[in-house]
Amino acid sequence: MAEMIFTRNFHLADSHTLARYKETGGYTALTKAFRMEPAALAEEVKKSNLRGLGGAAFPTGMKWGFIPKGSTAPRYLVINADEGEPGTFKDRYLMERDPHGLIEGMIIAARAIGSHLGFVYIRGEYVQPWRVLDGAVREAYAAGLLGKNILGSGADFDIVLHRGAGAYICGEETGLLSSLEGKKGWPKIKPPFPAVKGAFGNPTIVNNVETIMAVPHIVNRGAEWFAGLGTKGQGGTRVYSVSGHVEKPGIVEAPVTVTLRQLIYDHCGGIRGGRKLKGVVPGGSSAAILTPDEIDIPMDADGPKSKGSMIGSAGIIVMDETVSIPEALMVVSRFYAHESCGQCTPCRESTGWIYKMTRRIVEGKGRKEDLDTILDVAKRGAGTTICAFYDGAVGPYISYIEKYRSEFEDLIRSNAHA
Amino acid sequence: MTDARHPQFTPEQLAEVRRLQGLYPDKRGALLPVLHMAQDTFGYISLEVEEYVAGLFDLYPAHVHEVVTFYTLFFQKPKGRHVVSVCHNISCYLMNAKGIVQHIGERLGIEPGETTPDGRITFLTVECLCACEQAPMMQVDDRYEGNLTNDKVDRILDGLR
Repeated sequence: MAEMIFTRNFHLADSHTLARYKETGGYTALTKAFRMEPAALAEEVKKSNLRGLGGAAFPTGMKWGFIPKGSTAPRYLVINADEGEPGTFKDRYLMERDPHGLIEGMIIAARAIGSHLGFVYIRGEYVQPWRVLDGAVREAYAAGLLGKNILGSGADFDIVLHRGAGAYICGEETGLLSSLEGKKGWPKIKPPFPAVKGAFGNPTIVNNVETIMAVPHIVNRGAEWFAGLGTKGQGGTRVYSVSGHVEKPGIVEAPVTVTLRQLIYDHCGGIRGGRKLKGVVPGGSSAAILTPDEIDIPMDADGPKSKGSMIGSAGIIVMDETVSIPEALMVVSRFYAHESCGQCTPCRESTGWIYKMTRRIVEGKGRKEDLDTILDVAKRGAGTTICAFYDGAVGPYISYIEKYRSEFEDLIRSNAHA
Repeated sequence: MTDARHPQFTPEQLAEVRRLQGLYPDKRGALLPVLHMAQDTFGYISLEVEEYVAGLFDLYPAHVHEVVTFYTLFFQKPKGRHVVSVCHNISCYLMNAKGIVQHIGERLGIEPGETTPDGRITFLTVECLCACEQAPMMQVDDRYEGNLTNDKVDRILDGLR
């Protein structure tokens, strides 16, 4: 049986309670962390090869080190629980089933970066995860694990739960900070990076839910152990979200050495109804689609990249042979058109027009120049915007058309004759 | 009588507004939580509610308006007693979200974005709610309902009064 870290208690009905969390070793890492120097904690996380599990796969320990040395301004720890990448649902499970794992991780991370105030930004639709986490935070305060002088250590740390209000862009870390400040969720120009000038103008570290939940385990069992579970580029296990045409959709925790083929065929029972695989998106809808001959790759930060895609949020969307790729691209394009925040012209205009073009192709009004127009617009806009949203949209635009071009062309041609 | 045209929080709610404002380094951080509270209290965020909330934050109403209009969970006109939001993004699309949307539309006799004439249900299509393992799925008020079939949808809709 492979090592389970994040989901080890998920089979227990009361895994979200403080009593059960403590009984299974919870909050022992905190006691250990209070005896360690903050710099040593950050160093341990750096050595563990933990990479951000929200989407960007940035090395976590290195991110923590970006707060300017000697800065005396208040520092904030902000947890990105604005899960929204299509095909991803792991953070929902993590918050509902192991909320104290997140709280313990936050207290330790706060010690490492010198923060006394943390926020959890939860998407507004996640009412149930918010309720469970709110209950756990109350339990933690009552037990002296949050607030002033935690467990007699002299450390102070407060957690504020903050509900979003429906906007995918708030999962982008600077869009999230704008929203946390009570504004529309417009991303901010970097630099300055949040670690220098983040929430309310002060140094801020933004980490994903799952990323922070790895921290207590790293503290308890050591950086070498965590790094040893993974590949050269990334340590640990992670929680994959698998949806679409597999027999058993759901979350799967596995070491990041697991291959995409293993996730689909061994962990999730293969393609529904014994059908054939047509394509699979490995890291949430912003990742480029992979064809059936591209799935023998490790699902760490580097595997999907070697095929021109990305691990992203590790949301795996499986499409069988019955799927119309042009129609799938229309559905994905509609999403990006709807969610573009409108701040940068290339993104606002291109997402809207590309959705219109994919829709007319699907509706039988496609023109033969449409495909090259979409590719041209997609490639020109990439890299020209404030945040990575448009680069994410470009992933599907280009890969769906380039890898399944004949299907688009057949659709356009058959309509021309109709 | 306080409503979306004549909004006024109770003294207890005003104390809660001040508590929320105190949680943030700048009180404006509490704007989204207070707007959630206002919507729960007054039913939707009318221009009058925007102006009222702006007053609680020492902001111009235009600042509150640009926030309200940015987020999908804030309603600018009255909504039904229940809100049914069907995900039509990629994983739900792969599992027949289109059929579910069509079925609900026929069953309620309205299009996505509309409210039944009796004010019972507002019907929306929405982007990914991140419960793709239960596709096709929808949100009914506060709760997620997944693995939808037409029969299951009928039972759920019949249960909404």
